[in-house]
Amino acid sequence: MNLSDEVRQGDSRSVAKLITMVENDFQHAQPFLKELHPFCGQAIVIGITGPPGSGKSTITDRLSKHLRKINKKVGIIAIDPSSPFSGGAILGDRIRMQDLTTDKGVFIRSVGARGHLGGLSRSTQAVVKILDAMGKDFIFIETVGVGQSEIDVIKVSDVVLLIVMPGMGDDIQVIKAGIMEIGDIFVVNKADRDGSDKLIAEIEMMLHLSEKEEKWNPPILKTVGTENIGIDLLWKNVEKCIDYLRTSGEMFQRRKNRTRKEIFDLFQESWREMFFQFIGEERLEKEVEKVLKQNDDPYHAVKRLSDIFKKKLFKGGE
Amino acid sequence: MKKSRIRVLVAKPGLDGHDRGAKVIARALRDAGMEVIYTGLRQTPEQIVEAAVQEDVNVIGLSILSGAHMYIFPKILHLLEERKMTDVLIIAGGIIPAEDIPVLKNMGVKEIFTPGTDTRDIVEYINANVALIRGTI
Repeated sequence: MNLSDEVRQGDSRSVAKLITMVENDFQHAQPFLKELHPFCGQAIVIGITGPPGSGKSTITDRLSKHLRKINKKVGIIAIDPSSPFSGGAILGDRIRMQDLTTDKGVFIRSVGARGHLGGLSRSTQAVVKILDAMGKDFIFIETVGVGQSEIDVIKVSDVVLLIVMPGMGDDIQVIKAGIMEIGDIFVVNKADRDGSDKLIAEIEMMLHLSEKEEKWNPPILKTVGTENIGIDLLWKNVEKCIDYLRTSGEMFQRRKNRTRKEIFDLFQESWREMFFQFIGEERLEKEVEKVLKQNDDPYHAVKRLSDIFKKKLFKGGE
Repeated sequence: MKKSRIRVLVAKPGLDGHDRGAKVIARALRDAGMEVIYTGLRQTPEQIVEAAVQEDVNVIGLSILSGAHMYIFPKILHLLEERKMTDVLIIAGGIIPAEDIPVLKNMGVKEIFTPGTDTRDIVEYINANVALIRGTI
């Protein structure tokens, strides 16, 4: 049996192997993704984002358990930052999801961001595809702990949950642009702590300041993830949001944007590959030296590299 | 382009009360450029093996202080075999008496690092042996 068939049968070892291939050697993995593509699009993708320590893993764990009770299959992609110095990482999201490990209906993969900015890893979209093709009903993408502008998660999710907690800062923080704009649902976790009502009031205010005529008013919900408080109500709201997205056509629009991004990213990636194939690290290094040593500039360097590239491209490259 | 990072599961089987040693190792492996999946205290053999499968790790590092290694390690090795995880490097550390070491090695634990081991030696050992398994040297 071929690897993609095994993935479709839900074999976790094959799924894990293909994810590794996607992360390490995307070109090699592409034929398998191609075979899986027709079987994708069934799963609902839920982005879980928020600052470090707000409880993303715990909320993901609780929602997953809730879904398992109603017999839904769950995939989780848990992304943690990679070291900018060594490239290594400590991926610790599983600590909060220990009981899910041996549940056959759950597949968890920890992923290092590997230098990719925006809160995800470069391969996240492909990993979503693999979990989708293995037959998961819901896929959670848990981003790295984000600050203000890591909003890539909205580009790969159907629904985004923004997890916040009391004590993040003053009220101007919530009206800044970026992260606070992408939540379909706001979750005030650790709501048993001081300041949660104030935070809710501030988010409400922020949402009311918006002049946009929105058909979906993002609900603001209190949870205490560690105590499993507020999870049922949170899920009810997620379902309501999915319904809205479906009936309003917003889901279609988001998936259309996702497909556009996917095509563009793949295109960019193939050009990158060609850059190294046609020009190579060595030639690049030479240009770097030139710019550093002589009075040359990067703009001329690019011009020279482009000329080589074009020549090779038209001389029989693909 | 091919960029294969070594992935290591650092696991704490059994009922140990603390994980300071495991965290020191995790940190050293991170600084050596590896991706370390840490799953927390009190893991059952089933949890460890399933996490290793899903995370597709190259190495499993078992850290144990409780003295239950002769009971727990065989279970883990057996489950790994069952799941056909035969290309994984199994190493261990913690409080393991000298007389148990040859027995464990015989079972399939490739190396055992006792207290006082320099973390650089562990990094070197992993790098060399994963390369061997991958067939790149």
